Amino acid sequence: MAELSEDLTKELMTVNIGPHHPATHGVLRLIVDLEGEVVRDLKPVIGYVHTGIEKSCEDKSYWKVIPFVERMDYVSYFFQMEAYCGAVERLVGLEIPPRAKYLRTIFLELNRIHSHLVWLGTTALDLGAISMLWYCFRERDRILDLFEMATGQRMHTRYFQVGGVIEDIPLGFEAKLREFVKDMPVRVGQYEALLDRNEVFLSRTKGVGIVSRERLLELGVTGPLLRAAGEPWDLRKTFDYLAYPEMDFQIPVGTVGDNYDRYRVRVAEMVESTRIVEQALDLMPEGPFIADDRKYVLPPRSELSTSMESLIHHFKLVTEGFRVDPGEVYYAIESPRGELGCFVLADGSSKPSRVHFRDPSFVNLQAFKDMAMDSYIADMICSLGMLDPILGGVDR
Amino acid sequence: MLRGDLEGEDLERYVEEKVVTTTFEKMLNLARANSIFPLTFGLACCAIEAPISIVTARYDLARFGAEALRASPRQADLIILSGRVSVKMAPVVRRLYDQMLEPKWAISMGACSSSGGMFSNYAVVQGADKFMPIDMHIPGCPPRPEAVMYGFNKLQRKIIGSPDQGWRQRYNAAGTEEWARGGPASQPSPEAAAAYEAARELSRA
Amino acid sequence: MPDAPGLELIRGEIERDHPGAVLATSFDRNQPALIVDAEQILAVLGWLRDTPGQDYRFMSSLHVADYLPAEPRFAVHYELLNRDRVERIRVKAMLADPAAAPSASGNGSSPDDAAANLGASGQGPRTDTPARPQDPDPTLPQIDSCVGLFPTAEFQEREAFDFFGIVFNGHPDLTRILMPDDYVGWPQRRDFPVGGEPVTFTYNEHNYG
Repeated sequence: MAELSEDLTKELMTVNIGPHHPATHGVLRLIVDLEGEVVRDLKPVIGYVHTGIEKSCEDKSYWKVIPFVERMDYVSYFFQMEAYCGAVERLVGLEIPPRAKYLRTIFLELNRIHSHLVWLGTTALDLGAISMLWYCFRERDRILDLFEMATGQRMHTRYFQVGGVIEDIPLGFEAKLREFVKDMPVRVGQYEALLDRNEVFLSRTKGVGIVSRERLLELGVTGPLLRAAGEPWDLRKTFDYLAYPEMDFQIPVGTVGDNYDRYRVRVAEMVESTRIVEQALDLMPEGPFIADDRKYVLPPRSELSTSMESLIHHFKLVTEGFRVDPGEVYYAIESPRGELGCFVLADGSSKPSRVHFRDPSFVNLQAFKDMAMDSYIADMICSLGMLDPILGGVDR
Repeated sequence: MLRGDLEGEDLERYVEEKVVTTTFEKMLNLARANSIFPLTFGLACCAIEAPISIVTARYDLARFGAEALRASPRQADLIILSGRVSVKMAPVVRRLYDQMLEPKWAISMGACSSSGGMFSNYAVVQGADKFMPIDMHIPGCPPRPEAVMYGFNKLQRKIIGSPDQGWRQRYNAAGTEEWARGGPASQPSPEAAAAYEAARELSRA
Repeated sequence: MPDAPGLELIRGEIERDHPGAVLATSFDRNQPALIVDAEQILAVLGWLRDTPGQDYRFMSSLHVADYLPAEPRFAVHYELLNRDRVERIRVKAMLADPAAAPSASGNGSSPDDAAANLGASGQGPRTDTPARPQDPDPTLPQIDSCVGLFPTAEFQEREAFDFFGIVFNGHPDLTRILMPDDYVGWPQRRDFPVGGEPVTFTYNEHNYG
């Protein structure tokens, strides 16, 4: 009898988790080798939502690509727009006006808060703290109301264009945003009160899923995962882009690198983003919201009835689009999950020859095996939540 | 009310006001429509709007009876295809749909699952209709949660009204388990195959 | 970023240790790039990573671009980052397409593959042609895998193989990652059709049966 039970515990059982599973944050498939309840080997299989976005972009003029790339990482859509528009602006050599920089910063940080709220709601749901879902999505709906007020759409707003933003913010937006900014730290305090010192949450996340900082850097992991492991690396501080150089904000950095640190880093980032939005609102200058260069930017509609050149520019931009001289550019920004890089190769025509996104979730997923190795399945699910993969970005 | 409490006129009026006669089918459909168990199934961007956003407090799907989202397809009635169905995922979705027990319904939410959406390329199935029968298509990219609710209500009215309109035969979906294992129902008719080939020729030309 | 003279210095130093490795440099739109011979890519990447004073220890991205109709056709891009000095440098390894040589009969990425994927009756991918190379396939361009130097390249090289058909020698598990395992063809090559279906309007629906 003793030998029989020994054999059974040493035998590895291969279990397939997903692609349809309540806790897989999208269509991620995991092939897990289990010894009892302990994970011995893990292999993620992805591609179940591969949409061929990068290939489709080669067929479209530069501004038509923007709605495509937004739909990659579908929770942080403004970041994809910024990565792509920033890359094209560098290819073309276009400077965006200061007001556009501040507007873009505001929307990027609002999107960061939105992404972290979705993360917190769904991850807490996975761990069993179901009420967090309702609270986080209540705030998320407020952010989406703001997006809808400014851009007309809740998600996938197509708000950033090459040269700036497509429209200025409407009257009443600033007041509503200020109200939101005042309320948000209070709400985050409520989330922290629920989870921070909750015994069940602590025992599930403390000491779980630790990967060393060096290993994370080797694997190319960036974003809150890297910061939780103690490395203060944030592209908003290292590279000057948009209005971040003028903002005063801190980067939360963890110590141990376990799941609890990852949770704390993201929650603290929400508060910091709120501060950035407030400062950007205060410092935002008046002025044009999109660049003046009619070769790349649509003229305002009021001019179309009076100026012939505007009409011609409008016609050319809408039908063929602008042409970009041959060249290639790689432009990276800090998305809620890490370094989001966009590579655009231009071949002189009006369509990009190659658009490639270095998606942070795709690269971060390589760290998942290290996080979940030799731990229980329940810890693996917790690590998956804290890893925060968005399969739209992973699969593109 | 006890036997003998009301007589004659009163009894007649009571029966008219308080008692409803109907068929068992209609009762069943009413019950089914108002207690749908959706499957927790999200593919891409639409998944953030539904099933996550519509079950949250602002747009509450529970008021229509669909509070119990089920993780297992065996226990679910409704599959909401929220997001783009890629070529790799299509057999998985079909398998999930086959595992659901009758009666079952499918809502194709958003443009991508209804018709391929903006992604007319090698990697996205141009409409989930191509491999499974869909009851309700909801347009939008992504549709607002209110739009999903409207579609859901319409599905409820459809269930109450006339649930079976013979589309299973039209879509080659009769005997659905055979599809997954390559049975006779999984091959298209020769006319359909020829028409498809002709369309591919034209698209290549 | 290292500026233009700095880039030339780097090129000179690499030339000293690995002659013939760097074919050209480019400083386009303020982004330095080294164009490198594909045979010596590991030497160059190792040099950039390990030489004290260079320390490009973080690989941001590995991706491939198809420059058809220019020759050589493929370029594998390595985006390296030095986090201490916050400098990026790009290394491009140019690869020609062996199947495009005049003597080769067929290309690995023709529109026939798109049809082959759908089968005669349009049902699903063919199951008889696996996409993983058991032996080095002479029609596919090859380059050494840098997973040993930069473990982050594992998934990214698989993606490059999946979409362009570039074989990375020495990769632990070079299989398709995003497309189905039995897919035929290399989707992101420039001569692979985008696919999809024609949209039928009333004016052209009579063409489509």
